[in-house]
Amino acid sequence: MGLEAKLTSDGFITTTIDAVIAWARKNSVWPMPMGISCCAIEMMAVADPKYDLARFGSEVMRFSPRQSDLMIVAGTVTYKMSKVVRKIYDQMPDPKWVIAMGACTSTGGMYRTYSVVQGIDQFLPVDVYTAGCPPRPENLINALMEIQDIISKTRGRDFQDKPLLEMGFSKQ
Amino acid sequence: MELKEVIIEKLNGTLKGAVLEVTDFRGDLCLTVAADKIIDVCTFLKSDNDLEFNMCEDVTAIDWAKRKMRFTMVYHIYSLKNKFRLRLKVNLEGETAHSVSSVWASANWYERETFDMFGIKFTGHPDLRRVYMPEEFEYHPLRKEFPLLGIPGSIPLPKK
Ligand code: SF4
Repeated sequence: MGLEAKLTSDGFITTTIDAVIAWARKNSVWPMPMGISCCAIEMMAVADPKYDLARFGSEVMRFSPRQSDLMIVAGTVTYKMSKVVRKIYDQMPDPKWVIAMGACTSTGGMYRTYSVVQGIDQFLPVDVYTAGCPPRPENLINALMEIQDIISKTRGRDFQDKPLLEMGFSKQ
Repeated sequence: MELKEVIIEKLNGTLKGAVLEVTDFRGDLCLTVAADKIIDVCTFLKSDNDLEFNMCEDVTAIDWAKRKMRFTMVYHIYSLKNKFRLRLKVNLEGETAHSVSSVWASANWYERETFDMFGIKFTGHPDLRRVYMPEEFEYHPLRKEFPLLGIPGSIPLPKK
């Protein structure tokens, strides 16, 4: 059973490094739970046994940006908070991905006001947007599966010759 | 004598001319106080043995936009001893008010909030800085002329 069953009797398979790495990466996404307000409660529900994000290899929510490669921004991002979110994002090692969870994060949501950033894509590169206020747990799981899709299409050469700054390292 | 009458009588006795107007709407007593007497009135209300308004619940302001005296200060104070809530109002000539933080320490942050949101300056305040908005922000969001979505570019975002 398992991987061994897939191996031929010779005991080896041929594939590309890209495929293996992408396969490993997409099944071990470690989220950085950037829970800022009410959406975070729904994000916790996703991690609990009922919805069980562990089925997708994402059970280790890391509260340190240095150990995670997916940032789930869950909540209302104010202008004051935007600097914090960006700083934490900058501390995550490459390659990294971002889910904008919920109406607030994606568009400002019901907070159409001077203090709330009207969509975090104004200062973060977002890969997947999630609709809802808050999104149902299934919706976040769907977003994670979208991220897995994106990851499986990532190739090592996508990162070659890219200056570090462009990949998200800022000087300060 | 009811407590309301006691308050008004005592104030009129000790601080003549300080109370300009008394309204009693649905049991909520509200006194309009002369701008230069507010500290005296507050000190008296707090220290008088029968009244003891020892809790300052809120300090805020009203922006009347087009009225001549544009801003009104509003104080909500409470007497734990009498279980009585009182509202004080002060119509401001300009944008400056006297700070009551020397009477109730809790007024310190409420006045900072009022300064942040309405731009009212408090004389005698120990540390008049913004509370909510970034320190370098130039506007006062709860003023009537401030647009709902803010002024584009007034708060910098991190670079993408
Ligand atoms: S989208 Fe709704 S649930 Fe999510 S943070 Fe905004 S208000 Fe809260």
